[in-house]
Amino acid sequence: MAVIDHNAELNKAGANVTGTWSSFKYFCRRYPLGAAGGVICILFVLIALFAPLLTGYDPTSTNARSSLAKPGGAHLLGADFMGRDMWARIIYGARISLIVGIGSTVLGCLLGVIVGLTSGYFGGWYDLIVQRLSDIMQSLPLLVMALVMAASLGPSMTNTIIAIAIPTIPSVARVIRSNTLQLREMPYVEAARAVGMTEIQIAFRHVLPNTMAPLIVLGTAKLGSAILTEASLSFLGLGIPEPHPSWGRMLSESAAEYVRTAPWLVIFPGIAISLAVFGSNLLGDAVRDMLDPRQRT
Amino acid sequence: MTATTAPTLSPSTAAAPTKAPAGDVLLDVVNLQTYFFTRQGLVKAVDGVSFQLKRGETLAIVGESGCGKSITALSLLRLIPDPPGRIVGGSITLDGRNLIDLSEEEMRRVRGNDISMIFQEPMTSLNPVMTIGDQIAEVVRLHQSVSKAEALKKAEDMLRIVRIPVPEQRVKEYPHQLSGGMRQRAMIAIALACSPKVLIADEPTTALDVTIQAQILDLIVNLQKTLGTAVILITHDLGVVAETAERVIVMYAGRKVEEAGVVELFGNPLHPYTKGLLNSIPRLDLMRGVEEAAPRLQEIPGIVPALTSLPKGCAFAPRCPLAEDKCQSEYPPYLEKSPGHWAACWRSDAVSGGRNHG
Amino acid sequence: MGVYILRRFALMLLTLFGMSVLIFLLLRVFLHGNIADILFESAGLVNPAEKKKIEVELGLDKPYIWQYWQWISGLLRGDLGYAYVSEKPAWDEIAPRLPITAKLAGLALFFSVLLGVPLGVISAVRQNTALDYFLRVVSLSGLSLPSFWLGLLILMFFVNYFGWIPIYSRAPTGFWQEIGLLAIPAAAVGFRASSLIMRLTRSSMLEVLRQDYIRTARSKGASKNTVNYNHALRNAVLPVITIISIEAAFLIGGLIVTETVFNIPGVARFLVEAIRWRDYPIVQNLVMFIALVTVVINFLTDMAYAFLDPRIKYD
Repeated sequence: MAVIDHNAELNKAGANVTGTWSSFKYFCRRYPLGAAGGVICILFVLIALFAPLLTGYDPTSTNARSSLAKPGGAHLLGADFMGRDMWARIIYGARISLIVGIGSTVLGCLLGVIVGLTSGYFGGWYDLIVQRLSDIMQSLPLLVMALVMAASLGPSMTNTIIAIAIPTIPSVARVIRSNTLQLREMPYVEAARAVGMTEIQIAFRHVLPNTMAPLIVLGTAKLGSAILTEASLSFLGLGIPEPHPSWGRMLSESAAEYVRTAPWLVIFPGIAISLAVFGSNLLGDAVRDMLDPRQRT
Repeated sequence: MTATTAPTLSPSTAAAPTKAPAGDVLLDVVNLQTYFFTRQGLVKAVDGVSFQLKRGETLAIVGESGCGKSITALSLLRLIPDPPGRIVGGSITLDGRNLIDLSEEEMRRVRGNDISMIFQEPMTSLNPVMTIGDQIAEVVRLHQSVSKAEALKKAEDMLRIVRIPVPEQRVKEYPHQLSGGMRQRAMIAIALACSPKVLIADEPTTALDVTIQAQILDLIVNLQKTLGTAVILITHDLGVVAETAERVIVMYAGRKVEEAGVVELFGNPLHPYTKGLLNSIPRLDLMRGVEEAAPRLQEIPGIVPALTSLPKGCAFAPRCPLAEDKCQSEYPPYLEKSPGHWAACWRSDAVSGGRNHG
Repeated sequence: MGVYILRRFALMLLTLFGMSVLIFLLLRVFLHGNIADILFESAGLVNPAEKKKIEVELGLDKPYIWQYWQWISGLLRGDLGYAYVSEKPAWDEIAPRLPITAKLAGLALFFSVLLGVPLGVISAVRQNTALDYFLRVVSLSGLSLPSFWLGLLILMFFVNYFGWIPIYSRAPTGFWQEIGLLAIPAAAVGFRASSLIMRLTRSSMLEVLRQDYIRTARSKGASKNTVNYNHALRNAVLPVITIISIEAAFLIGGLIVTETVFNIPGVARFLVEAIRWRDYPIVQNLVMFIALVTVVINFLTDMAYAFLDPRIKYD
């Protein structure tokens, strides 16, 4: 039988990991794709934050002379038919995508946690009604539901955030609810009850902290689809209105007409969307593998 | 063929006597080491375990959860999940062949054929979308070249042997249609279908009702006598050991701590852990009547140490009522304290004989 | 089993009812504006009498419950109302578009299952190998690409290399010609859907491979292939059927944007057009239709699951 190097095997398994730096290195080694995704996400956040430093152009100012300028020269990524600089629009578009994406995910998850926790914890009629409502809302695909909400509310950035957040509540609530139901039966919750803690205290001290892990998994998973849904809504003309630069709307403005004459109008915004979603999906997958290995995809 | 003729399994078993002769060593395990490389550190689940199994013998491996007995069994079949586990040392010799040296293909031919295993959870150990008959027939067809119809016939015969009523109907049923006890019988049928030389039973009755437990054990003992199969019975229940085993190995924290014939072990334990296990069995006959209080249940204080941080010296020392300084600093050697009776303990002489009587 | 079917069916009806209420609330009660004004404006009408007519037709002076009932009873009768913007009965707008979308959806589903399921199984069986990582990255990027962008890229490719744009411009003359025209957009939609199926199949397979009965199969001496395909796959397939119903929801979103990109006159694109026209009554009907399709697909997959899983069948 071949000789086995114990230390090498142990290192591979991630033993000998102490402290934040080595934990971080372990994460990067064990989940290289997730680490890459994290880097991409951080990059986008930085781009969004430091947008004014990265470009001198105003994404909304038009300039008829630069209409459909090719990439290179004065305009790094070219200009659209109204002469607006593409590079600036993409960078400022990152702000929009992140605000809407993160905003709607956070809002949806927050409300979803509240609904799911209370529904799982208190049960009864409330739980039954919540479940039926969730069933109903989930009987439409996310995009359709968001479309209907956007149509109902009217076009604006806030309304887009709401339109994407509301349809995500049922799926978040469902996961949190089943998690809560499990936690409620845990022996340490019984023990807490036995020593006289009130239900509210138990909910906050014991149940809520153990809900963090599935919540983080959900949040990172939903971020990508939130960004994508915003892009789709804007592409269809029902999301972010003028004058905010939205990657999705940039693609609809260029659409089939400029496909032959100005391909840069099509390529760059699409790359931006895909990369942002890709990064958050990679990160989301790795976070899920790490925190809840039972759900590995 | 009349209904009263018991179906035979194979020509060799028909000729086997009711009690297999103690004799040839069938399975020789030498210094088996199975380690797990985990994030929490190195887990020496099985650390230098050796034993021999003779033809037709029943050997019991006893110990608390986590002592390594199940891992030992899985190591024999080379079913250790890799990663994170590996067999890092030792040899397992079956009929002259070292199983560790075999290729995966050769090992497959051993599994289910020379060595079989039944598991603790009959509920989840059967494939829910295959009929019972198909699952038994599968193991037959894996190792013998017979037709599907013949294999199914054999499956039916096996169900009859394990005393499942109306076998011709049960053969077509799915696992969820059977009770827990019947599922375990079906597992036994699968395990014995190819007349293996060794049957490993890993806690076969733990998940079953007490009344069913007795039936299953009875079945295993009977089949063993009829077929001459050697049995390795893994359990934490000493009551089961007393009923079925000839020899017993006691394991603690990945190593053997005592080994003896069953009567000798029960009558004269030489290791405090064994003594502790024996004392933990509640005994109704010690209650002397309604007026006198029954003696208290004795337990072994403390818990099994984490296998990633075993103490220097004897692993049982922290919990041992007889421990001395030497026990904490030096691991006791595994010695034959009396003929056929081995133990690893510095204080074997102090372990008083037999059960406490009050 | 009969009880199970009845229960599922009742649940389906309840869900549809709830959905209709929700849609009505969103697009009539809580609409950001007066529906009569909106329709008046988007239909380009000038005569105030027309607006009065709209108000009467929609029953806007009556209580909401009445309006809801009018809508629902109309739906159940098959009366889908009137499309003010195009001045036709709604049914005339919707009916010819249905078969086109159905064909597109069918093609996309076929393509995605054909590609996704085998790749998912392979990825699970060869877990953590280079092939697995590669497939996971590919499927993840498939999910990250907006399908409309993929559609635009495909258009760009065809235009620049073949000088021809595969847009649905003329009505096709034959069945096969139509399939050919729909194949490319179906591939665009199907690619994203196949990524989803691949990931879900993979996780289902992995879940099954962790089960005790797989260990039993190995202890019998079964080969890796036997274990993977005879034991694991048979159990993993059951959830895949559920996956296909999740897939359907996914697909609908993709159809909406892809029909828009490729200019396909289907029901999904019509939804967007109706929203743009602000013809909300039609939007109500279309959304109900989508809900109906989704719910019926869920119901059918539940039935298929019950039929295939012996645990439910023999209860």
